[in-house]
Amino acid sequence: MTEAVLELDRVRKTYTVKQGLFGKRKPLTAVNDVSLSLGKGEVLGLVGESGCGKSTLAKLLLGLEHPTSGQVLVEGESMDALDRRALASRLQPIFQDPYSSLNPRKSIYDIVSLPLRVHSIGDARSQEKAVKEILDVVGLPQRVMNTYPSQMSGGQRQRVAIARALVMKPEIVICDEPTSALDVSVQSQILNLLGELRREFGLTYLFISHDLAVVEHLATRVAVMYLGRIVEEAPVAELFEAPKHPYTKALLSSVLTPEPGLGVPETSLGTAYPNPIDPPSGCAFHPRCPMATEHCKAVAPRPLATADGRVECHLHDPESPIYAKAAA
Amino acid sequence: MTDDTLLKVRNLTLDIPVGGGTLRAVRGIDFDLKRGETLSIVGESGSGKSLTSLAVMGLLGKGIKRSADEMTFEGTDLLRASKRKMRALRGDRMAMIFQEPMTSLNPAYTIGDQLIEALLLHRSVGRETARARAVELLEKVGITAAESRLGQYPHQLSGGLRQRVVIAMALMCEPDLVIADEPTTALDVTIQAQILRLLVDLTREMNMAMILITHDLGVVARVADKVAVMYAGELVETGPAASVFEAPSHPYTRGLLRCIPQPGKTERGAPLGTIPGIVPSLIGEVSGCAFRTRCPHAVPGCRAAIPMRGDDVHGYRCVHPDGAISAEREIA
Ligand SMILES: Nc1ncnc2c1ncn2[C@@H]1O[C@H](COP(=O)(O)OP(=O)(O)OP(=O)(O)O)[C@@H](O)[C@H]1O
Ligand SMILES: Nc1ncnc2c1ncn2[C@@H]1O[C@H](COP(=O)(O)OP(=O)(O)OP(=O)(O)O)[C@@H](O)[C@H]1O
Ligand SMILES: [Mg+2]
Ligand SMILES: [Mg+2]
Repeated sequence: MTEAVLELDRVRKTYTVKQGLFGKRKPLTAVNDVSLSLGKGEVLGLVGESGCGKSTLAKLLLGLEHPTSGQVLVEGESMDALDRRALASRLQPIFQDPYSSLNPRKSIYDIVSLPLRVHSIGDARSQEKAVKEILDVVGLPQRVMNTYPSQMSGGQRQRVAIARALVMKPEIVICDEPTSALDVSVQSQILNLLGELRREFGLTYLFISHDLAVVEHLATRVAVMYLGRIVEEAPVAELFEAPKHPYTKALLSSVLTPEPGLGVPETSLGTAYPNPIDPPSGCAFHPRCPMATEHCKAVAPRPLATADGRVECHLHDPESPIYAKAAA
Repeated sequence: MTDDTLLKVRNLTLDIPVGGGTLRAVRGIDFDLKRGETLSIVGESGSGKSLTSLAVMGLLGKGIKRSADEMTFEGTDLLRASKRKMRALRGDRMAMIFQEPMTSLNPAYTIGDQLIEALLLHRSVGRETARARAVELLEKVGITAAESRLGQYPHQLSGGLRQRVVIAMALMCEPDLVIADEPTTALDVTIQAQILRLLVDLTREMNMAMILITHDLGVVARVADKVAVMYAGELVETGPAASVFEAPSHPYTRGLLRCIPQPGKTERGAPLGTIPGIVPSLIGEVSGCAFRTRCPHAVPGCRAAIPMRGDDVHGYRCVHPDGAISAEREIA
């Protein structure tokens, strides 16, 4: 793998949540001792079901949430050692909703130039120049500078959000469902733009999406998350062609490609959604896993290195009693 | 036309008075549905999919003007049916499933009470019979320990389970038609597959017709018998799913299919197709093909009224006799 530009080193994030109006406060571990690294120039796709901790992981990487334990490293340096400006010039987010993430009372110029003004980068003239340049890069005409978000289409607003992220010339962009709120004809324009920007500026992306076809298209590596853990990680072709973890297999088999006549696939997953406040014993996936054994109920699997990635499942652990079953 | 036609809609038009004039939200659409058949209405946000289904159910908001040459359901003229008649049909002969399950569930009542009420509203049966039916349907939609779920409240269930309860509720009276408006859009992919499979199995088993509204072409391909592609209030292409996906004839349908990455077909990382431009305003006079402002094959003739082409089974509305497919082949 190429040199790591952003890393999570055994990062845990535990929230305290209250159950019911008078309920006791209980810990909820959204990200559970995750180690992960983003190599320069790669697009790491992050997939997993709602509530598994993807957005929390993104916030930890952005420094918007502080780890309960473990640390975030930016180019090998602890994130805590970096000031906000240094961080903002390396890392920027693009979020899902282009409607709520832009302040409706600010002009497009104000929105896009905000990061420059907050961090006092350059004077008014150079800021204006930077905004014009970046609008050009994302394919928006300069005349939109004096308009407001309400006057724009969803696709244009998402371009504004991308322009705002890129005006700081970051190396890494954390995209949390950047096209989920958009129509497919607009989504394809934004995905193409993200691809072009990456080639042109050598950007590195963390790309969170629930659309596996989109992830397969854009990502170079993919990490699969389940209840706060990365359960499998591999280069994109390997993950989609030879998934190892039963959860990854179930996810991939649920993808509905536009091929008529194939019908809706049967997924072998149970519907027993795990409760993050009271996670299952052993392997957190065992209540829904079609391959689960007593061993899986009792013992948590350990991360295992594969040729170019990892998997966390007893079926793939040579030292587990159910190792041989993986072939089946 | 055979007599197993359940729903027939001709020239359905919906106008909405808005600040600057009239929004021509749906303009003259036709479709038929037979018993046991699944029709999928697909199109981008704002194309009029939900309004079309609400018009059939008689649930349009105040002020929306509905007109049609014909709209019949099981021989009932929906254009002239009284409010009372419509209420009697809804929930009994036709039922609706919305994207957000809490639209249909009342947080203050138990699952059991709501399921039982759905039956008692239309059938004069005893509470015990209704209760047995509720358990039967919860089991049918794949909810385990159904008996014990009756006493639970909606908030005690996950999103996927809630949507199953809503499906069970819609099916309490064994309707002939169920309209599902983006029933799985809010759910995870694994749950989506389970719910769609359930709907497909149940429509087969109960010989029920379904209108499935979605913007997801994958869902359409896997679930629908027939497809209706909507753009800006018009039906631009309609036909059997296999035929529409294998020979998409309207430039918009082809455009949509090129926008999505198709594993195995689209080269990884290669640029995807795009449909430049935006949907035109539908306020005021709208004439000709609404897609012409974004269509690569637009000609002056697109401003005039456009004939429906193709045959009885697979039709498309385009000024070009072949939907401009030959022009695209030449470029390629
Ligand atoms: N501020 C918070 N306080 C308490 N719990 C939280 C907080 N933020 C997230 N959580 C919980 O942490 C878990 C992970 O949430 P997160 O938003 O990271 O999931 P996600 O994978 O992004 O889901 P989605 O796909 O729905 O966006 C969930 O159980 C969520 O309820
Ligand atoms: N009550 C209303 N008043 C004014 N305009 C409305 C009303 N209901 C719908 N519209 C408009 O009518 C058009 C069609 O709306 P509709 O809800 O049918 O779209 P849709 O195809 O279901 O879109 P989506 O995929 O976003 O659900 C849109 O432009 C919408 O803004
Ligand atoms: Mg999230
Ligand atoms: Mg709708």
